[in-house]
Amino acid sequence: MTEVTRPQPLASTAAAMRPSWSADVAPGSGAAFNHPMPGGVGEVVLEVSDLAVQFRTEEGLVQAVRGVDIEVRAGETLGIVGESGSGKSVTMLAVMGLLPRTAKISGSIRLRGAEIMGMSAKEARSIRGSRIAMIFQDPLTALNPCHRVGDQIAEMVQAHHPQFSDRVVAGRAAELLELVGIPQPGLRARQYPHEFSGGMRQRAMIAMAIANDPDVLIADEPTTALDVTIQAQILEVMRTVQEQIGTAIVFITHDLGVIARMASRVHVMYAGRGVEMGSVLEIFANPLHPYTRGLLSSLPRPGLHTERLVPIAGTPPSMLHPPAGCAFHPRCPMARDACTTGDPPALVAVQDARFSACLFADELIADTWAQR
Amino acid sequence: MAVAQGLTAKPLSPSLLAWRRFRRHRLAMVSGVVLLLIGLFVFVPSLLTNFDQNQRDTAAVRYDGPSWAHPFGTDDLKADVLARVLQGGQVSLKVGMAVALISVVIGALIGAIAGYRGGWIDSAMMRVTDLFLAIPLLVILIVLTRLPERHDWAETVLGSKGSIRLIVTLLALFFWMQTARIVRGVILSLKEKEFVEAARALGASDTRILLRHLLPNCVGPIVVNLTLSIAAAIITESALSFLGFGVQSATQATWGNLLSAAKGQLESHPHMVLAPGIAIVLTVLCVNYLGDGLRDALDPKQQRTRA
Repeated sequence: MTEVTRPQPLASTAAAMRPSWSADVAPGSGAAFNHPMPGGVGEVVLEVSDLAVQFRTEEGLVQAVRGVDIEVRAGETLGIVGESGSGKSVTMLAVMGLLPRTAKISGSIRLRGAEIMGMSAKEARSIRGSRIAMIFQDPLTALNPCHRVGDQIAEMVQAHHPQFSDRVVAGRAAELLELVGIPQPGLRARQYPHEFSGGMRQRAMIAMAIANDPDVLIADEPTTALDVTIQAQILEVMRTVQEQIGTAIVFITHDLGVIARMASRVHVMYAGRGVEMGSVLEIFANPLHPYTRGLLSSLPRPGLHTERLVPIAGTPPSMLHPPAGCAFHPRCPMARDACTTGDPPALVAVQDARFSACLFADELIADTWAQR
Repeated sequence: MAVAQGLTAKPLSPSLLAWRRFRRHRLAMVSGVVLLLIGLFVFVPSLLTNFDQNQRDTAAVRYDGPSWAHPFGTDDLKADVLARVLQGGQVSLKVGMAVALISVVIGALIGAIAGYRGGWIDSAMMRVTDLFLAIPLLVILIVLTRLPERHDWAETVLGSKGSIRLIVTLLALFFWMQTARIVRGVILSLKEKEFVEAARALGASDTRILLRHLLPNCVGPIVVNLTLSIAAAIITESALSFLGFGVQSATQATWGNLLSAAKGQLESHPHMVLAPGIAIVLTVLCVNYLGDGLRDALDPKQQRTRA
């Protein structure tokens, strides 16, 4: 069989590994290695409310994010969809505290109830990589070419747990490589990034990101730079990893197909704001915002005999001067006068666990889109 | 598990790969061997001669030409020129290496901080670098070598007049600029790479990113610059000694002050000039070729042209 990539059932390794690790961590310090929650979706771990990010540029103030509310629950996968410039990456960089100093940030970001916005650089550093971790788009450049892969993972662990000896963290690095489905992890750990393929480097990045059992793993288009077969493997690895360590995943992408496979809930962003939120099944079955409808119409769907794909007319707005009212109104087929003035409409509950920022979501509910 | 068996090759470290590329550079390999020999004979002169640099051979004649007893002849004080060239080489090589090491460390740190921090720190540091580059090297060195005679503080800080330490300190003060500029440039482009962002996302501090992620990736240019600095320092030290501002010739021969002593005898006794002259040229040439080979080995993407 060619099924090389699937990691060993980890019951044995994970069970054997965890006690030895948690034993060294002071009891009650939930920050170190929280307990996995297999399958279940628990309390809110990450709460972003009313987040706004602005960049001062020579042309003026770019309003990259204009009031975003996101809730991530333990163990779930939240998809954030949107086109380039919709503010999805900036939102997550703000959560990571990785925005350049020139960015003006307001709002609140809470990690397990504790405010992390405006933390000192040192505190933020201790959270990054241990409680929130991030993997990036391009695995080819995301590993340092001059250190062994295993050393880079081990460094990750030691940076947050200096009490562990080199031998212990080297062993942990190999375990992590095995967890992400890299064969011969002991040997591979001693290799350099140039000896890894793109898919394997992304696996190594995932291993690094989960090294300290983060509460939240942010994946910023982790499969965009990979070809389709590798993409599927990486998604599989992320799912396995999530089952093993129970981390919540925030999956940023513009690829609706990936979202459909990975996410349980979806947050659709447009022009720096959330426009729709709900479970992935319901949103795909019956989107309640014209923008989401446009996105889905422009996506080829097997089994649907649409003659042509329908692109969304127009171009995304400039974030230097976002349109008044609903930012989507210049491109919206349903736009009316009410959409063009006032503050941008907020995400409101329109059905059970469904949120839409469209003023006329009622009409969309009445219009059974999926039957067309 | 078919794939799992496929991997049998030993991991190839970047340094091993670089060594393989270096071995292919024949001129650099030869230069390396020649330099090793020069180093060996210079630091163990007894392999070639039984005389000491300041020892007068009463049996010999002044300004004697090459003979079995004195392969490079004798000088005005009947001392063996070969012994003086070899022991003088100790100064040149020591100064060259010490100056290169110190200045490269200073330059790499300044360049790395300027490139990584950017903003006004970068501007300020680079303006200082420009300032140092604008100073005529020999003139400032000649002026500064005079300081220790006049000021006690200069003697304690820089070293006493005519000492090796003084020459090394002064040269190192004026040799770091090139490295700083090169390292700054490399860091500027490296810091935009995703692995730096990734390291930050995984909780690395600025110091850690700089020392562990950025500087090791500059090793190529730094090592190349190190060799070029050795060559330049040897030449500058010789020039200073030649002009009489270097190490004192009465106690310690150097390639520069040997040339200086021989300058009046160029027509009558050319062997006096040839020996130290060839030593300087050969050493500098070999160091430069070595640097060339190292550049090709450590930075295979770069064109094989010399700036």
